[in-house]
Amino acid sequence: MKKLLEKLVASIFTVSGLLTSIVILLIVGFLFSEGAGLFRNRIIDPGYVLAVNKSNPVRELSPEQIKAIFDSDLVDWAEVGGDSGPIVPFRLEDADRYFSEAQLGPNYEHAGRLIAELIERTPGIVAFVPGQMLPPDAEIAFIEDRTISFSEIFAGKEWFPTATPSPLFGIVPLVTGTLWVSFFAILFAFPFGIGVSVYLSEIASERTRQLLRPVIELLNGIPSVVYGFFGLVVIVPLLQRVFGLPVGESGLAGSIVLAIMALPTIIAVAEDAMHNCPRAMREASLALGATQWQTIYRVVIPYSISGIASGVVLGIGRAVGETMAVLMVTGNAAVIPTSILEPLRTIPATIAAELGEAPAGGAHYESLFLLGIVLFFITLAINLGVEAISSKSRS
Amino acid sequence: MEHFIPYPARQGFRKRWSQRAAFLLFRLFSLVVAATLVIILGFIVWKGAGAISWEFLTEAPSNGMTSGGIFPALVGTLLLMLGSALVAFPLGIMSGIYMNEYATRGWLVRFIRIMTNNLAGIPSIVFGLFGMALFVQYLGFGDSILAGSLTLGLLSLPLVIRTTEEALKDIPDAYREGSLALGASKLQTIRKVILPMGMPRIVTGLILSLGRVSGETAPILFTCAAYFFPQLPSSIFDPCMALPYHLYVISTSGTDLEAQQPLAYGTALVLVAIILLVNLLANALRRYFQHKVKMK
Amino acid sequence: MEKILIRDVNFWYGDFHALKNVSLGIEEREVVAFIGPSGCGKSTLLRLLNRMNDLIPATRLTGEILLDGRDIYDRQEDVDRLRKEVGMVFQRPNPFPKSIFDNVAYGLRVNGIRDKEFIAHRVEETLRGAALWDEVKDKLKASAFALSGGQQQRLCIARAMAVAPSVLLMDEPASALDPISTAKIEELIRELRREVTIVIVTHNMQQAARVSDRTAFFYMGEMVEYGLTKLIFTDPLKEATQNYITGRFG
Repeated sequence: MKKLLEKLVASIFTVSGLLTSIVILLIVGFLFSEGAGLFRNRIIDPGYVLAVNKSNPVRELSPEQIKAIFDSDLVDWAEVGGDSGPIVPFRLEDADRYFSEAQLGPNYEHAGRLIAELIERTPGIVAFVPGQMLPPDAEIAFIEDRTISFSEIFAGKEWFPTATPSPLFGIVPLVTGTLWVSFFAILFAFPFGIGVSVYLSEIASERTRQLLRPVIELLNGIPSVVYGFFGLVVIVPLLQRVFGLPVGESGLAGSIVLAIMALPTIIAVAEDAMHNCPRAMREASLALGATQWQTIYRVVIPYSISGIASGVVLGIGRAVGETMAVLMVTGNAAVIPTSILEPLRTIPATIAAELGEAPAGGAHYESLFLLGIVLFFITLAINLGVEAISSKSRS
Repeated sequence: MEHFIPYPARQGFRKRWSQRAAFLLFRLFSLVVAATLVIILGFIVWKGAGAISWEFLTEAPSNGMTSGGIFPALVGTLLLMLGSALVAFPLGIMSGIYMNEYATRGWLVRFIRIMTNNLAGIPSIVFGLFGMALFVQYLGFGDSILAGSLTLGLLSLPLVIRTTEEALKDIPDAYREGSLALGASKLQTIRKVILPMGMPRIVTGLILSLGRVSGETAPILFTCAAYFFPQLPSSIFDPCMALPYHLYVISTSGTDLEAQQPLAYGTALVLVAIILLVNLLANALRRYFQHKVKMK
Repeated sequence: MEKILIRDVNFWYGDFHALKNVSLGIEEREVVAFIGPSGCGKSTLLRLLNRMNDLIPATRLTGEILLDGRDIYDRQEDVDRLRKEVGMVFQRPNPFPKSIFDNVAYGLRVNGIRDKEFIAHRVEETLRGAALWDEVKDKLKASAFALSGGQQQRLCIARAMAVAPSVLLMDEPASALDPISTAKIEELIRELRREVTIVIVTHNMQQAARVSDRTAFFYMGEMVEYGLTKLIFTDPLKEATQNYITGRFG
């Protein structure tokens, strides 16, 4: 009986030991099952077609071209490989500009026929209408609909998931936004992180250390919304004034907040590494006439370099994945950043800001899960990197 | 081997000054970091103190969240802390025990540890996505305290595991061998010797993990948090308000940002107070237990 | 004049009175051994000679320690420069995680010597002096950790000698080594005495007898007896010394 219980408990422990692995598998599974659906979506909104005049040779348009056409940024067919001539975009809402209510009929029952005729007689038209509406015998051509391609997502330079007729899911601006803001955050946090860990581990008296350690711990404990809030009410207006910006919400504001948030991670890991540098090393150096500072930068830092690197990389990981603070202070403009003083938008902030509005199961919803996958793999790479660095130092 | 080694004339001077300059810089950096914390805390306390009153803590928000209090959000946060603790503590402690007491094969422990570290590194928003897909949609819990607690529980799991593992690792093997040598089974040894010895540090870690849970926003955005839900939840399938989300909402959106600002400061202060309390408690416990160990 | 003169030294770690009224003089180019049971204060005294104990908080020193007649605990004393003059070899070999060459060159570099040719020359000279050159000349760029324990300790001796100290302190330099490596170290000590004054702390009585000119016996923080090694080992004045040497305690 006792033996059986022992066995049972042991197996329960075993299962719980594997729990984290199971959770990771589940996370990967669910993110993929939702996110992969994006590749099954078509470039044109479901149920709709893009109809053109039969004489128009253009049969293929990329989502970016479609968006530009309907935003009137693209105005000549020559620009998309057709015969030169003005592009006339047509949406269903435009019907009453062309036809009277009487013509359309009280329930729009004549609209399909009228629009088909309009397309037939307008060479430059491209009409975004429900496919079923058009009479099957109409003499018109269609822009080819296809599924969203891999490169349109991973190399796409525009993120416009709610655009019609053709939403854009290019993640490049979000990825660059994330890396940009994290890069600057680490740039700010690095000297401070290393400086404080050297101070704590090598220079500070025991009393200062006792005082400073809880401070670092507390910095780590403050919730990210509070950092975001502080950034919003203090840092953002400050930057706006100092740099004379139109809006203070910017990559820089995000970087500063992230730097503060990444600091405790960097300090804790780096200090631990330096602390583990054997006393014998330090004494050997001092006994040769080296000063304490020479000992620090010639012996202690080289000795603990992989620990310090781990700390910095973990700090990057924290910055890359941070959501709320960034969401609140970076201004969330989904454009590829050219300057750190402009608003930008990161992957986590995009997910947080848009998931609430994206209908479950739709392309937009799936695209946010895809972003989740991208983020997951970025942080996975970072973690495995840390693992590799620290296992190298152990051997 | 006897030779004169030149000692550059101004060497001592240079050594001394480069050390002084470097140390001054590091002192300065540390001062700046400490000052940052003081400024952030000071600012929030200074601005938020005015908003704190008994009514603020015990009333629901009113007038489109431009007045009233934070009571439902406070209760929601406490419920989520409790719920996530129920999920993470037993599982995490068991997992930690397994890693330190049962898993003998090196590669398996290593693998589990890597996985635990990876889980710890996954951004909280990804937990939010996952919680939404699994608990809210797939299992059909809807936006609920249950879904939120499970998501937050999984989020704090690695922290609990690591705490437990580290606490147990520091217990010398002599105690295990001593107990086993007296005829105690492994389970008895864990229950009677190892866990009681590791408990102080485990408890400290658990408290800190609760602190972390109380401030998380991203994981509950889509699993639990309600924009406005003034009545208290009646079951675990109800959504709830939560302090961090409430702070996010009233500081970034709403009908009248100007009027909401004092409430936002107040909410931030309450959040910070919870974290301070948790940290102080953990530190006090650490001191207390250290003291107790010394007394023995 | 004595190379080192220790006068009425008292030393405390916190409340613990580790050295009590110790006075002794060490002549130039002598080998002096400090012996005594663990905790008798011999290592503490050794580490006072290059102010290594400065690193330990809550310690207190009274009395004087003179090197070439100057008080090394004087306010004006440059501690880094003192440590260049008074080298040290530790109980366990503690090479830096650097190459063999960089280990020996370290002391020169931190003392402001940039001349590459001089450094290379000095490294070779010192490694030869430590009887290590032939063993490592083909792998100067290899990590010092690749050497055996005995080789590492000789490397540490070379490292200490590279900056041409006038005193070399050795804190049980052979206690972590096998008998053959120990013999090599002892031989090296006999070689080095021609160039530097050596103070060696050892647990090993035979070692003290083999390598030293004079021996000081410490017990409970006091220096019980100090004299020519020959006399101490054959005809000690004090009973405590007699007991220790014959192995009755310690």
